Amino acid sequence: MAITNSAVGTQILFFEDINIGDQLPEIVKNPDTRQLVMYAGASQDFVAIHYDLNVAKEAGHPTVIIHGALKSAWLGELVTSWMGVDGRLLELDVSYRAIDFPNSTATCVGKVLDARTEHGVGIVELEIGLRNSEGIISTPGRALVSLPIREIV
Amino acid sequence: MTTPASTGNTVISEELRSFIHLESVPVTYDIECHAVERFAAAIGDPNPLYSDREASEATSHGGLIAPPTFFRSLLPGKYPKTYPEPFAHILDGGSKYRFNEPVRIGDKITVVRKITDLFEKHGRMGTMLFKISEISYTNEAGRLVATQTTTTITYGTGEKDSGVGDN
Repeated sequence: MAITNSAVGTQILFFEDINIGDQLPEIVKNPDTRQLVMYAGASQDFVAIHYDLNVAKEAGHPTVIIHGALKSAWLGELVTSWMGVDGRLLELDVSYRAIDFPNSTATCVGKVLDARTEHGVGIVELEIGLRNSEGIISTPGRALVSLPIREIV
Repeated sequence: MTTPASTGNTVISEELRSFIHLESVPVTYDIECHAVERFAAAIGDPNPLYSDREASEATSHGGLIAPPTFFRSLLPGKYPKTYPEPFAHILDGGSKYRFNEPVRIGDKITVVRKITDLFEKHGRMGTMLFKISEISYTNEAGRLVATQTTTTITYGTGEKDSGVGDN
């Protein structure tokens, strides 16, 4: 990855620097109930199963559950932090196959499925997912990004 | 295991079906830096493009932008009539986002939601209603900046969860 700016998070990733099969750097999250409350407030999602223990238990869960949309936000971070400042996220698909709980570890993983050029930019398709503490991909997904192509001088 | 719903015994009434393609009342949001910073802090994303004005101005974005799923905080308005939610409990099935351009601080984003499909499945939790909704996000220049297609699952009877029926 070419570093063109000293500030963290403002690197540029070029299409030529990636290969099909590359793994994205993993992002590890250790959410607690405080983060769920912060997310509820920031996203205006006040469905009670994410903060009210009684509601979660009545629904058959041992504790409150993580917002699916918070998991998709982490998968967004996985992709946007990898693609660099000149990458553009075009598509993000996430599917909530299993429920996840706070006070556990969630690891965001991804790999390059396809890479091609279209109209002068690189188009990269990624397989992404959130792996829970049990090693299960609870939230599979895919993303499509565009990356700049190095100018040939 | 789920099986297709029988046609004779359906929770999808004519009244419910009349919501397909009905648009919600448009709502316009001013995208302001504190809301974006709060959202980035809540999801735990330290990317300087969301909070460091100087660093963001030095990039090809030319200024602060919002994280891709910030759209979740821009709640759609209500439908012109009351949605007759038949169930008490709600599950988010997933989202598909299509992004045309990032959202910038200072944008005015207009949000419209419509239901594109309703179907039911029968499974372990009884009858479940699947609702596919498409939410459009348009900026002040009239450009569609993104869409989000959501799958919402409702099921079960009893006291309605808070938030059920909101979306």
